[in-house]
Amino acid sequence: MALIRHPKDFWSGVIFTAMGAFAVIYGSKYTLGTAARMGPGYFPRILGILMIVLGLILVLRAFKLEGDRIPPWKWKPTLFVLGSVVLFGSIVKFLGMAISTVILIVLASAGSHEFRPKEAVISGVLLAALAVGVFIVGLSLQLPIWPGQG
Amino acid sequence: MDLLSHLAVGFGVAFTPINLLHALIGCLLGTLIGVLPGIGPVATIAMLLPTTYALQPVSALIMLAGIYYGAQYGGSTTAILVNMPGETSSVVTTLDGHKMALKGQAGQALAIAAIGSFFAGTIATMFVAAFSPPLSALALKFGPAEYFSLMVLGLIGSVVLAHGSLLKAIAMIVLGLLMGIVGTDVNSGVARFDFGVPELSDGIGIVGVAMGLFGFAEIIVNLESTEKREIVSKKVKGFLLSWDQIKKAAPAILRGTGIGSVLGILPGGGAMLSSFAAYAVEKKISKTPHEFGRGAIQGVAGPESANNAGAQTSFIPLLTLGIPENAVMAMMVGAMTIHNIQPGPQVITSNPGLFWGLIASMWIGNAMLVILNLPLIGIWIRLLRVPYRLLYPAILLFCSIGVYTVNNTSWDVMMTAVFGLIGVLFYKLEMEPAPLLLGFVLGPMMEENLRRALLLSRGDPTVFLTRPISLGLLIAAVLLVLLIALPNVKKKREEAFQEET
Repeated sequence: MALIRHPKDFWSGVIFTAMGAFAVIYGSKYTLGTAARMGPGYFPRILGILMIVLGLILVLRAFKLEGDRIPPWKWKPTLFVLGSVVLFGSIVKFLGMAISTVILIVLASAGSHEFRPKEAVISGVLLAALAVGVFIVGLSLQLPIWPGQG
Repeated sequence: MDLLSHLAVGFGVAFTPINLLHALIGCLLGTLIGVLPGIGPVATIAMLLPTTYALQPVSALIMLAGIYYGAQYGGSTTAILVNMPGETSSVVTTLDGHKMALKGQAGQALAIAAIGSFFAGTIATMFVAAFSPPLSALALKFGPAEYFSLMVLGLIGSVVLAHGSLLKAIAMIVLGLLMGIVGTDVNSGVARFDFGVPELSDGIGIVGVAMGLFGFAEIIVNLESTEKREIVSKKVKGFLLSWDQIKKAAPAILRGTGIGSVLGILPGGGAMLSSFAAYAVEKKISKTPHEFGRGAIQGVAGPESANNAGAQTSFIPLLTLGIPENAVMAMMVGAMTIHNIQPGPQVITSNPGLFWGLIASMWIGNAMLVILNLPLIGIWIRLLRVPYRLLYPAILLFCSIGVYTVNNTSWDVMMTAVFGLIGVLFYKLEMEPAPLLLGFVLGPMMEENLRRALLLSRGDPTVFLTRPISLGLLIAAVLLVLLIALPNVKKKREEAFQEET
């Protein structure tokens, strides 16, 4: 990595360049139009080119500027936090608010290094009661409380 | 006495029971999230946005605004008591506020923060009321070219005053603009960048973007660190200030209010910048600078007044020009759009009740906060003792329910999770999400004004340079960039943001 002296800038530059290039290439199927009569492809094209330029400057600069290394990515919190949310979103309609809430709380809690299973279950049950009370009874959201009510 | 009659209209709206209730809810929630670390006003507003669908627009905006300035009060409480800023705008309050608490003056520190905030809030409300009408009148004269240039200046300004790499921040704006125009183009009816997904033809939802980037990502990043939080058990008593303390604090409150009111209006300004600037000023003009960092009451009074004033006046560009200057204001744009209000200079004339009602509610909200905050401090401290391992799953739950209810489908939840993942990546690469959010809400407006300006000029791009106001705005934008690139200023800017991190 001696060549890339500013990895954070380098990789963000790569991302910007790629996104810009994508916008230009994928956006080429939209009519460009003329300046006086801008088509749907006009503004995205400008933005895409701008992003490629900015991205490339970042990439090139990263060979000269000095910068910190990218911190390591611990997979566990990401997996549990986002996993619990995605699962909740997929099951709440079928299993209802009560059970889905307990599942979300326990699964999300497992992402912490201080995970205590018993405590997480208790907290899940209490929050399920709160969520049902506030959102379904109080704010009358259109969501089932128990399975089979949707 | 136009101002008085306008304010009378506003108080008429704000003093209805339903709006008082929503101001109260907003302030309490704001204080709550201000006290709690790990969730800020952007994610909270995103979370609550869907629940405001059924409300009158004015009630919704009153509540959401209350969250922002309520958070300033809450943030100072934790800064003083636990040496941990609940919000970035109270970072400097930890320096002297917590030292006061260690000297047994926690009560006085909290009292001066509350009094300063209330005084600043009152003055800033007047400021908003006085400056908004002339500014919107001016903005109404703007054509599309001027508007486009104004947006360029606003966006550039917002990143110049923010911290981090300028180049990256500008690229983030552009990425945000690009994300903002995903969906059906209003002119041609073509669905852009929808990848054949029907949900995307309505565009990317602001709730998911904000909650993912600001809410989920922050939780994940917090969980990666294994530091333990310290827990307070100190009793807080003695709110009474001595005459000597009042004499020291009063001028600091006045200066803080002035600094905050002015800096709040600038693009990229708002609560955080104001508090930093106020602290620096207090330290510089003090005859006893060595007391700073050791519990100087001016070090609490100045920044706390400034952050509240700044939070309030940052509504001016939003309400008069329709241009958000920080991420919270971008969320307010989202809220207004959801309620079919196009933010801009026309709001004041087309929706006077909403406009003046919102302004009046800020003063009422500040009064509520000062009355409620001191007696409720015991409750906030108890909440602080709740460990993070119990707190974050609950935050996740409320976020998930909030985002699910946007359309009652799992789609928005998935999008939020994706933006959560992107948010963590942004964090690792030090890419600031706030400029992206600003670009995101301004994308469609910017494209529309560019299109109209070029249509009127028959495709001549020099229209931005030949119209004097537009030219002036663009020159200001370029000057800002050049200024920041100067080696001297660059160093100063880095120093200024050093304390923050």
